[in-house]
Amino acid sequence: MAELAELRDRRSARLRPGGFDDLGLRRALGDRLLPLLVAAMTFLAALALTGFVAAAALARHWREGAESALTVQVPQPGGPADQGTRRERVLAILRGTPGIAQARALSDEALSDLLRPWLGSEAQSLALPLPAVVEVHLSGDGPDLRALAQRLTQAVPGTLVESHGVWVARLSTLARSLQACAGLALLVVAAVAASVVAVATRAGLAARREAIGIVHSLGATDGYIAGRFARRATLLAFLGSALGALTALPVLLGLADLAAPFAGLQGIAEPPNGVWAWLAALPLPLWLALPGLPLAAGAIGWLTAQATVRRWLRRLS
Amino acid sequence: MADVIRCEAVGLQYVRGDGPEVLHDLSFGVPEGGFRWLLGPSGAGKTSLLRLLYLAVRPSRGRLEILGTEIAGVKRRALPGLRRRIGVVFQDFRLLAHLSAFDNVALPLRIAGRPEGQIRADVTEMLRWVGLSAKTASRPPELSGGEQQRVAIARAVIARPDLLVADEPTGNLDEAQAERLMQLLQEMNRLGTTVLVATHNEGLVRRHPARTLRLSHGRLIADGGVG
Ligand SMILES: Nc1ncnc2c1ncn2[C@@H]1O[C@H](COP(=O)(O)OP(=O)(O)O)[C@@H](O)[C@H]1O
Ligand SMILES: [Mg+2]
Repeated sequence: MAELAELRDRRSARLRPGGFDDLGLRRALGDRLLPLLVAAMTFLAALALTGFVAAAALARHWREGAESALTVQVPQPGGPADQGTRRERVLAILRGTPGIAQARALSDEALSDLLRPWLGSEAQSLALPLPAVVEVHLSGDGPDLRALAQRLTQAVPGTLVESHGVWVARLSTLARSLQACAGLALLVVAAVAASVVAVATRAGLAARREAIGIVHSLGATDGYIAGRFARRATLLAFLGSALGALTALPVLLGLADLAAPFAGLQGIAEPPNGVWAWLAALPLPLWLALPGLPLAAGAIGWLTAQATVRRWLRRLS
Repeated sequence: MADVIRCEAVGLQYVRGDGPEVLHDLSFGVPEGGFRWLLGPSGAGKTSLLRLLYLAVRPSRGRLEILGTEIAGVKRRALPGLRRRIGVVFQDFRLLAHLSAFDNVALPLRIAGRPEGQIRADVTEMLRWVGLSAKTASRPPELSGGEQQRVAIARAVIARPDLLVADEPTGNLDEAQAERLMQLLQEMNRLGTTVLVATHNEGLVRRHPARTLRLSHGRLIADGGVG
């Protein structure tokens, strides 16, 4: 009995239209070249996406940096000035100047952190005469820097005003340009992917011209025929893209690993340990965007196949 | 009763503009439930006329009305729905070589979106009727000419069309099979389908006399009588 049922099942499975392929697209839209090309496109897209996210982070970093556009160095900060120490005098002048949002003297620890790469961790024990460093956050366009510098040197001789605003602005522009380039690369990759799908679809149309004519003459709508192609193209693009994204993943993780010390995420002291720390090395936006690539590829496949087939079908009466 | 086919001074050029006109000034009507033989020597234009009727081409002049719809002015979007009401036996069968006989016959029903359970029952019954129960899973290249023709016939009638046109449907059939086909066509005609059959088979026409359209050199030279 069971054998009979199985036989019947197998028989109806052959008749069942689960993968009913009336246009013969399984061969006409092959499962080799198109998915592999889409996989390659996705690999490139993943790299461009990483560049985009990284450049965005850089741009944000520099933009934040641009707000503290001024550092003031005060040699012999403990020495006497008009009122209190030289450090106090400089802070008072800065805080009294319009266009300055905040002026903050770095603590000794912060200062030795800053100097550690150059002097090593023994900076304090070297008993060097360290200047005080005041970090100044500007508001609006900031004050007239030359006048400010003049006032400061008059009141506290030896004071150095250093503006890195211009450089920060340039770096910020560079980062934003990089971001735009990465975005452009993404668009180009998407356009190439769409072209690849269009070419494959057109080849499929040419190969299945006769079957399409028959199905059309039996009353199939353009939507029916385009839907057949779109379903196949979506599947192939999605699978190819998933393959490409998976291939790109180790590369991206490797890059993130290399970039971690500069990103100041986990810090220099503790390299990521364990799989989770390793995975956490990729920024969150990338984790969200990476699975989006196969979805986007599927959407591109669907839209392109629909448009290509519908345009082609207009030649039929 | 309304005419299912209504031709008024219809002309057909395959090449729009300056191509030769292969059909000239055809005027005739076929009422709902009518049966017509379409006769004429090879090259007279029988296939061309049928192609007009199953909406593969549009007339280059004149008025053509099929199933109550004026074809010259109809939107392209409306044609698939009309085509699904027309069953066609093509002279060259036009079966899909990569599909089984079953799937070929089921195709019109699937295009029309019928439920799969009903499709299975209908197609199995139809294949049994045309004597192909044993060939359900065979693909057209594995079938003889006559078997392919019977698959084509089964596909044409499976959706119970309002209009059935057949282009030399007995070309590859023996006498007994041709008689069986006539039985099928007459049964469908009796149930209300309008039927038009182009043929060379004089014996068949003699055995089943019916009103006749006769073509010669692209002109209708007779519409009436028998044989
Ligand atoms: N697709 C076509 N393009 C151009 N001319 C055609 C085409 N099909 C048929 N013809 C011409 O139309 C005429 C009628 O052919 P056809 O309708 O096939 O006649 P029949 O079916 O009676 O043998 C012939 O002269 C043939 O050459
Ligand atoms: Mg012919």
